[in-house]
Amino acid sequence: MNKLLMHPAAKPVIFLLCLLPFARLAYGAFTDGLGANPAEFLIRATGDWTLRFICIVLAVTPLRVMAKANALARFRRMLGLFAYFYVVLHLLCYSWFDMGFEWAEIAKDIAKRPFILVGFSAFVLLTPLAATSFNRAIKAMGARRWQMLHKLVYLIAGLGLLHFFWMRAGKNDFAEVFVYAAIIAVLLGWRVWNYASKRRPKPSAGVRGGNSSEKSLRSSTG
Amino acid sequence: MSFHFRPQGRSSGFIHPLSSEITPRTVYEGRRDLLKLMAGGAAGAALASFAGREAFAQATGPHKLALLPGAKSAVPGAQTMEKLTDYKDATSYNNFYEFGTDKGDPVKNAGTLKTRPWTVEVEGLVKKPGKYGIEDLLKLSAQEERIYRLRCVEGWSMVIPWVGYSLAELIKKVEPQGNAKYVEFVTLADPKTMPFVGSRVLDWPYTEGLRMDEAMHPLTLLAFGMYGEVLPNQNGAPVRLVVPWKYGFKSAKSIVKIRFVEKEPSTAWNKAAAQEYGFYSNVNPNVDHPRWSQATERRIGDGGGLFAKRHKTLMFNGYEAQVGQLYAGMDLKKNY
Repeated sequence: MNKLLMHPAAKPVIFLLCLLPFARLAYGAFTDGLGANPAEFLIRATGDWTLRFICIVLAVTPLRVMAKANALARFRRMLGLFAYFYVVLHLLCYSWFDMGFEWAEIAKDIAKRPFILVGFSAFVLLTPLAATSFNRAIKAMGARRWQMLHKLVYLIAGLGLLHFFWMRAGKNDFAEVFVYAAIIAVLLGWRVWNYASKRRPKPSAGVRGGNSSEKSLRSSTG
Repeated sequence: MSFHFRPQGRSSGFIHPLSSEITPRTVYEGRRDLLKLMAGGAAGAALASFAGREAFAQATGPHKLALLPGAKSAVPGAQTMEKLTDYKDATSYNNFYEFGTDKGDPVKNAGTLKTRPWTVEVEGLVKKPGKYGIEDLLKLSAQEERIYRLRCVEGWSMVIPWVGYSLAELIKKVEPQGNAKYVEFVTLADPKTMPFVGSRVLDWPYTEGLRMDEAMHPLTLLAFGMYGEVLPNQNGAPVRLVVPWKYGFKSAKSIVKIRFVEKEPSTAWNKAAAQEYGFYSNVNPNVDHPRWSQATERRIGDGGGLFAKRHKTLMFNGYEAQVGQLYAGMDLKKNY
């Protein structure tokens, strides 16, 4: 699998795949194929894809470690930026189709309605992550500080989930929310387990002394 | 000079006949068959079977459903002049959770609903309780066409030409007793034909209720059809309630029971989320839903599609002149 991911065509192919949901939505919008309430469909669909891309990004490291497919790391930035792309679309659809770009009304909504406040906070937190996604930012910040900033994605995932939960609570309709919650719980839980298993003292360290210290040098973070 | 001029057309005051006086289209269209049979000499036996032919009642309209014509209603407020919602939108964008929680689920899944035989039980504090077959209910009073706005609590709305008669006609026949203060409506909840009865989204069966004066109001409609045909399954066939000045979830679908009670009945959405869905749920732009504002609504099918501006929501969905007096002196923020 690693070989496939290292192929020069891999990145453009995955880029196009990530763009596909947007293409389908745009096509649907222009051909009146989004049903009776296209505005609501778009706001909901862009929200769905934001959450899905956050799950995909969070899945990169567990997959990389467990499948030993280091090449997956090449795609993490692009996948993260696509999550930001869809959240911007989501915010745009809400501001335009629901609120007609009336900024005073939008500000009132954010202040007055908890689920919108939570969603907007998630967007605000995701912005510096998108802004520091390129290599020069990593150099300027230094690896450790950059990694700490980007660990915010865990909080952002939780806020996104809460935003979705509170929205669905009005219709008592939690089935989809629970699916995403379960996925995110597994992806975050893996990190807890991974961190805990590295902390455990390795058995018979004396006999395999050299090997175990090599292993701990190569252990990954995040 | 003598003048033999008879005014024609709607606006010139020509009196329209009652629907009961118009030859039903099915009979009119079947007249040639009848003549052929008579010419063939087999008139006697053939006439008997011809008259009993189910086809009389089941000539279908453009949407493959049985025709149900209604005379234009004279009830004040019952004929809005706004543009009708497309039949396609009105019948494929529905909230009918017994068939799934997506808007597109009812049209996909409601095919399993059995609308014949169908009985509506009338019980509780009435002098004449009983079981009414749907065929009897259809004939209980003259069918009228009513063009109402329908406003969903979610913030969208439609304009639908319903066919039915005032619920008051049925209520008068069953003679409620003095202590009957409320009317409760119960929807069918059959897990065999309704796949999502059993999900925990709502308590089943779906129940709704009205205060007696709301139930007796001429605008409160017992509806059997829309767009000149019987109701499609996903819209609450074969008989439903339409209360146009309240949020849509008050207009219970596929009714099997009407109970007259003394205490305010508990209703499905109020049980699910009491702080969001009240018993009255009158359309009110000044009382926000906890999650979103109710000041505006999206009119489904508006020109401009995605870019159409939202409409300002009207007090009592624009029926304030007809129903405002029912709530005189009531705090509508408390009684949401």
